[in-house]
Amino acid sequence: MTDAAVAEVTVAEPREGGVREEERSLASDAWRALRGNPVFWVSAVLIAVFTLMAIWPSLFTNTDPREAILAESRSRPGDGTWFGRDIQGYDIYARCIYGARASILVGVMTTAMAVAIGGGIGMISGYLGGAWDATFSRIGDIFFSIPLLLGAIIFLSSLPEFFNDNYFLVIMKVVLALAFLGWPSLARLMRSSVIQVKPNDYVQAARALGASPSRIIRSHILPNSLAPLIVVATISLGGYIAVEATLSFLGIGLQPPAISWGIDISAAIVGLRTTPHMLFFPSLFLSLAVLGFILMGDAVRDALDPKTR
Amino acid sequence: MTTTQDTTTPSDKTSGVTYTPEDGLLLEVEDLYVEFHTPDGIATAINGVSFDLHQGESLAILGESGSGKSVTAQAIMGILDMPPAVIPGGHIRYCGQDLLSMPEDQRRRTRGPEVSMIFQDALSSLNPVFPVGWQIAEMFRMHRGVNKSDALEQAIRLMERVQIPAARDRVKAYPHQFSGGMRQRIMIAMAIALDPAVLIADEPTTALDVTVQAQIMALLDELQQERQMGLILITHDLGVVADVADRIAVMYAGRFVEKADVVELYSAPAHPYTRGLLESIPRLDQKGQTLAAIGGLPPNLMRIPPGCPFNPRCRRAEDVCRRDRPELREVVPGRFAACHFAEEVINA
Amino acid sequence: MPEVILSAQDLVKHYPIRSGVLRRVAGQVKAVDGVSFDLHKGETLGIVGESGCGKSTLGRLLMRLEEPTSGKVIFGGEDWSGASGRKLRQMRRNIQIVFQDPYTSLNPRMTVGDIVGEPLEIHSDVVPKGGRRKRVQELLDLVGLNPEHINRYPHQFSGGQRQRIGIARGIALNPSVLVCDEPVSALDVSVQAQVVNLMEKLQDELGLAYVFIAHDLSVVRHISDRVGVMYLGRMAELGEEDEVYSRPTHPYTQALLSAVPVPDPTLRGKRDQIVLQGDVPSPANPPSGCRFHTRCWKAQEVCTTDEPELELRPDGLGAHLSRCHFAEPRLILETVDVSDLEPDTRFAGTEVQDMSDLGAGLGAAGGGEDLGSSAADAGVERSSALHPDTDQAPQDTTRLVDEQPGDDRPTR
Repeated sequence: MTDAAVAEVTVAEPREGGVREEERSLASDAWRALRGNPVFWVSAVLIAVFTLMAIWPSLFTNTDPREAILAESRSRPGDGTWFGRDIQGYDIYARCIYGARASILVGVMTTAMAVAIGGGIGMISGYLGGAWDATFSRIGDIFFSIPLLLGAIIFLSSLPEFFNDNYFLVIMKVVLALAFLGWPSLARLMRSSVIQVKPNDYVQAARALGASPSRIIRSHILPNSLAPLIVVATISLGGYIAVEATLSFLGIGLQPPAISWGIDISAAIVGLRTTPHMLFFPSLFLSLAVLGFILMGDAVRDALDPKTR
Repeated sequence: MTTTQDTTTPSDKTSGVTYTPEDGLLLEVEDLYVEFHTPDGIATAINGVSFDLHQGESLAILGESGSGKSVTAQAIMGILDMPPAVIPGGHIRYCGQDLLSMPEDQRRRTRGPEVSMIFQDALSSLNPVFPVGWQIAEMFRMHRGVNKSDALEQAIRLMERVQIPAARDRVKAYPHQFSGGMRQRIMIAMAIALDPAVLIADEPTTALDVTVQAQIMALLDELQQERQMGLILITHDLGVVADVADRIAVMYAGRFVEKADVVELYSAPAHPYTRGLLESIPRLDQKGQTLAAIGGLPPNLMRIPPGCPFNPRCRRAEDVCRRDRPELREVVPGRFAACHFAEEVINA
Repeated sequence: MPEVILSAQDLVKHYPIRSGVLRRVAGQVKAVDGVSFDLHKGETLGIVGESGCGKSTLGRLLMRLEEPTSGKVIFGGEDWSGASGRKLRQMRRNIQIVFQDPYTSLNPRMTVGDIVGEPLEIHSDVVPKGGRRKRVQELLDLVGLNPEHINRYPHQFSGGQRQRIGIARGIALNPSVLVCDEPVSALDVSVQAQVVNLMEKLQDELGLAYVFIAHDLSVVRHISDRVGVMYLGRMAELGEEDEVYSRPTHPYTQALLSAVPVPDPTLRGKRDQIVLQGDVPSPANPPSGCRFHTRCWKAQEVCTTDEPELELRPDGLGAHLSRCHFAEPRLILETVDVSDLEPDTRFAGTEVQDMSDLGAGLGAAGGGEDLGSSAADAGVERSSALHPDTDQAPQDTTRLVDEQPGDDRPTR
């Protein structure tokens, strides 16, 4: 009932509001909401820093992360280096900086691939319905029933050796595994939001005008059903980074000489009691990166969801 | 309903607090203000509204969406969400006691036995996971401490009273198993279960078809006569008002612009807005009618224009209307209007 | 009588009800069950009925938004129920739709210019690319909106303004038929009249024929030349507006009319009130024989077994189509003919321009002047753009209300 009361007030709002401000698209409204949200700025700064780290690590450190000074193995933070050195004598600070590249690459590429596959399949099953929907939904359910971590382990261990040849192939193999198992949740989401948008009168009006299916999808369904996908994709980007670290930790994701937070965390386990800083710094970077994307997803959701405004 | 037939004077059945109306005066709303504090600014939903309600009287509050008519009802019921709503001023007296200054638990006990409400959307007002009979019976158990089987028996009698066919068999049915009209009857049964002195009906028939609307309005009218309730009918439908209400208050941008006896108001409206409304509705009993429309839109409640809030849409508006806000005043005995030129409008 | 432009022939739409694990068809919802009517050029056919009677489905069948289970839709002599591809697209130019809900009928992510311009983009040969923006502005002007608002988004408009945008989209391709599915029911009382007046003006100027679907009997009477009353997927009564409202012969029509509240408190208790018992039966399982017999006070044995035909039955003065074995006229309410009365324009006007932006400028002096002059400038180009196929242009597009009815329009 109180919703009704507020609605009664807010319905009246745009009437004159529009006179003052021309061209208020929903995207610009979303940006307006984001701009005033401190969570957005915190997460944006975090993501920007990590992205910069991934693209241009030498901006942050001049030390070579593969320069092992065994003599200074396990030295503590402050003894000549910021974060100390690990068991191999690598500079932990430099390792953390260089580790960002693998994480960001895996996160971004997995998300892009999962969004493309999941979004496309979700769109097809939501828009066409019927047998297409049934088929794709069942296929999605099958993938959905495979636990992500277990599935990834099996997938990765079954890949041919050739994938371990160079850095990009190693990254790609993790990306493939995660995208292969991650698309169903995005497809489900896309499907349900397409099904919500499809019966709207503006879609019917376009049909009545004789618009082609591709036009209906492009200008009516896609722009109105994309918001949940963007939100969940942003949040799961953080999740993929965490899973990549987990796989690397278990020794089946990235492998040395690749540099990854997961690998470093795994290597630090031996000194958990004696040299906790070896574990602490890569874990901190990992957590901050995951947190950045999750917070960003939350902020974007608040901005895109008109109900919270 | 033999148990409730004799209680024409309202009294609280559980807490011992009794409310006795003086000279039949049930409800007195005095200079009420309600604001909504939103991130975009303050929306003044109700802007100084006053009225009385007596036993057996039906008052219609007529207005368009955003006029504040539903907010008025919710303020009286005390079901506004605060925040964002704020009541910066005014009194709502029930039998002489101010509901707004009452402690919350005492006020809560007035909802149901003293003041009760019917909503527009019966489906969302009923709980979908409980049988309807159980929901009606719950009212008796909560407020009167009646045991389970007696409460259910009373619920059945109440369902029969609101003319639900085969009530005894359907007492265990769920809300979605009833049609829209039947659900609204169940809502009415719940609202009158504790024999309230004041019944507020907020657009009770808007979601219903016209033949069902006629049934529901006839039922409400009958129940009101039988129980001598004070009825506040909130609606936008000039036709429904003409069929049911004794008095009518026309609301625009959070204030009453006109208040009068129904027959007098329809024959000679005293405010340009009322007049425009009456001329803008197509009538079933006329043909070849040319519709006259009120131009423009109701104002944004965050930016109500200075002077008379209706002045931008009023064809009679002069400089004084853009400058001075007209108060609701008695134009001729018994007729109130908030217009600088009310005398002219009433005689037009 | 002018030529028939659209004709529905025995239209049927059944929706299967599936149940069980195997999703077997367990029954049929008979939403529309054999509806036929003709629509003449430039006239308004009102379709009234309560929720669930199939009137909205009928509108969607006419638009080919749903495929009929059986039956035909004939447009301009051609059956278009089987048309597809290019032919279907071509026909869509001639028949368009206006929806009920002004909040879901416009894509929130598109500007008004894109929304109204979309028909022109889909049918790209109607207006050349360079002229489209101008044409959109003319259309906005035509429906009484400020053409400068072309770059605004739907949420910046009120419900009434949005409905005007929906109408502008509907008439963009110069259709000859506009199906209006409850076009004013979501609007406030004071805004309803503005939109109804606009629709009447457009009909006069563009020679449109309307199928006006609504549940509000008063609005339908006001705008329609002929009226069809639907009950459970079938037409119960069909005739001239005056025949159906002044001399209804079907008990359902009579009950419907008597239930409509009239805004005149002096009539309270004096009207012939027929209160129907019970609810409308489910269209999945309609009653045998006459569909109305379960609620009818005149029902007899024959009504439960034999379905009456929709045929001409005497109404006291002449005869019109009615589907009742015991059809007889009954006066529900005295009709007053007010067509000679000049409307009182001291407090409300008959202009069709949207005046929300004029604000305080709308005073006793009347606020239409600014828009009037700008419309006059655009008048010449607009008339040619509106009727690219014909040389006949409307005489004067700047007038706010047409005094003399259009040539093709049947007199009411």
